[in-house]
Amino acid sequence: MSPSLLAQYVMNGAMLGMMYALVAVGFTLFFGVLDIIQFAHGDVVAAGAFAGLAAWTLLTAAGVASPAVLLPVVILVAAAATALLGALVARFIVLPVKSAPQLNVLLVTLMGGTVLRESIRLFYPGGSQPQLFPALLPTSGWNFGDFHLRFDNVILLVCGALLIAGTHFLINRTRLGLAIRAVAQDEETARTMGIDFKRVVLVTFALGSALAAFAGVMDGLYYNEVFFGMGLLLGVIGFAAAILGGLGNLYGAIVGGFLFAALQTIGAVALPFASAYKDVFAFGVVIILMALRPTGLIGERTSERV
Amino acid sequence: MKSAAGPVLLTAVVTVFAWLILRAESQGEIALLFAIAIAAGVIALRTRLLAPLGHALDAHEGFAQGLAVAAVAVLALLLRDDDFALLLLVRVLIITVACLGLNVQFGYAGVVNFAGASFFGVGGYTAAVLSRVAGLPDWIILFAGGAAAAIIGSVLLLPILRTRGHYAALITIAFALLFRTFLEVNDSLGGPQGLKLPEMVIGPFHFNEPVAIASFEGSFYLRYLVVALLLLVLAFGVVQRLERSWIGVTLDAVRLDETAAATFGLNIARWKIASFTLGNFITGVAGALSAFMIGFIAPNNYTFAESLIFVSILLLGGIGNPWGVALATSVVILLPEKLQILQEYRFLIFAILVVLVLLFRPVGLLPRPLRRLVGRT
Repeated sequence: MSPSLLAQYVMNGAMLGMMYALVAVGFTLFFGVLDIIQFAHGDVVAAGAFAGLAAWTLLTAAGVASPAVLLPVVILVAAAATALLGALVARFIVLPVKSAPQLNVLLVTLMGGTVLRESIRLFYPGGSQPQLFPALLPTSGWNFGDFHLRFDNVILLVCGALLIAGTHFLINRTRLGLAIRAVAQDEETARTMGIDFKRVVLVTFALGSALAAFAGVMDGLYYNEVFFGMGLLLGVIGFAAAILGGLGNLYGAIVGGFLFAALQTIGAVALPFASAYKDVFAFGVVIILMALRPTGLIGERTSERV
Repeated sequence: MKSAAGPVLLTAVVTVFAWLILRAESQGEIALLFAIAIAAGVIALRTRLLAPLGHALDAHEGFAQGLAVAAVAVLALLLRDDDFALLLLVRVLIITVACLGLNVQFGYAGVVNFAGASFFGVGGYTAAVLSRVAGLPDWIILFAGGAAAAIIGSVLLLPILRTRGHYAALITIAFALLFRTFLEVNDSLGGPQGLKLPEMVIGPFHFNEPVAIASFEGSFYLRYLVVALLLLVLAFGVVQRLERSWIGVTLDAVRLDETAAATFGLNIARWKIASFTLGNFITGVAGALSAFMIGFIAPNNYTFAESLIFVSILLLGGIGNPWGVALATSVVILLPEKLQILQEYRFLIFAILVVLVLLFRPVGLLPRPLRRLVGRT
């Protein structure tokens, strides 16, 4: 394989990995504070991407054409929409069933996600078909021999890395992060220390969902389209990545995301039939990884107490 | 000894109601009928009228089951030349069978399976492929569909056994998505266009010809109805016997507390394998019959959304209660098919319904009754 082709694959893998990592971080944050899996997470991401698209449509209709204005607005709208949705899901769907059996939490979030997914399909204009996502970033780039490094990919990667670094800072260096970590360690003790449990949960859900919104917009910019089922795919892969890295472990989620993207990229290169069977291969990898390492590579945060 | 009048009356009311709904054509009439049904349901829940009725049904169980079969037969005779009504009736029967399979997994052993429609599809595709092989009798193909679903399901066994709860759910969700995508990109199975099935023939019966016995004439769906009803009786019998037996007690123990069950010497893996395989087998047989009846299958029939509909049926009906499965299937199948406005919105509606049920009545419409440890009188 020529170096330029290799570089191309590495770049594709890095883009995928960043998206997966951002989604996986959400799963791991939610699991941290509530010990539950928010299966609607992927669909919240899709809703965010569509909210961004709607913002773009409205702004261009109003005559705004400058990408420098459009892109930040699209991202902000997407982040705000998902933050709100994530908090709503936490408040009205997850918290009421927090003490119910695990299966019920799983089902209620899964069905909540279906409500979101179907709402996009039915109520977004043309939502049942894939929608074109505008290219808001310059698609030109640098040429290194045959390898074409596109500006938009670089910008997205840098932004994603900054977001992850920001999350790291927030969790480890701020009072809010301290509260989140306290709740994750022990809900009861955190409550007795005067931490507003409900507020921390809602903020965590808003934060994790907003992070994932960037993944949604990134997905749209990268593939130039969004469709109502994209959240399901991102959600399943993001969840698998979070498990791979050990649920509840922030860095594990990031590693898991990139690892998963690497596997997928290597699979696409190594297996001749894999390009047509791209998604089949991805889900096959999910199943096989779960069979081999059921609690992830790094191991879950806590062991089960009997 | 409680009176048998309750079950008889209930069956009569339900039969007449089902007949009214199935033959109704004006949308206003159908909406009114469903409104009445919802009102009756709410009143029944509020007045606790269901409890004594439930006891009466329980006391005369075999009798009640016979009544239910008779009711379906009466419905079929009343609607004998109404193709669409019969198609819906058979669909309800077939989906009930499929969901009984899921019920063994979810309800008894606690093995989650979000790929119900995929195993239903494995049955259908197996039927489509095998029916091209000359000389294989179609009734064997029906069961081969179940066997194929059980075998393909066994691929998932290792990851499912090694994981629990959310993790196991993820595996079946991944499988459901994988299965659908695989069917779409795989040309040898017809790709997105799907496959056609030939007419089902069992013994002297050609299933796509109208029924004509002496002066009795009826739709060809009547033959499918007989087969579906037989399958349902069989599946219902197996599932209920299973629950009542020591196996059912074992499965309950496995579901409720794996660790405790294991300390009592129960082999968790064995029982999970058994219930997952049996459940997929039942679902697969139902899928094969469904494919024969519709005569055409495509990946779009077996999406993850359909799997979620199966799960919705279980939750709405009350996990673990076969009667609840039958009731919920009727609602979930008939409501969108008869009330055309809702057809497009059915996934949304049932998802909202399930969220509400989980938030406010997690046991479902007909909760599974407590196991009676003392022998029945």
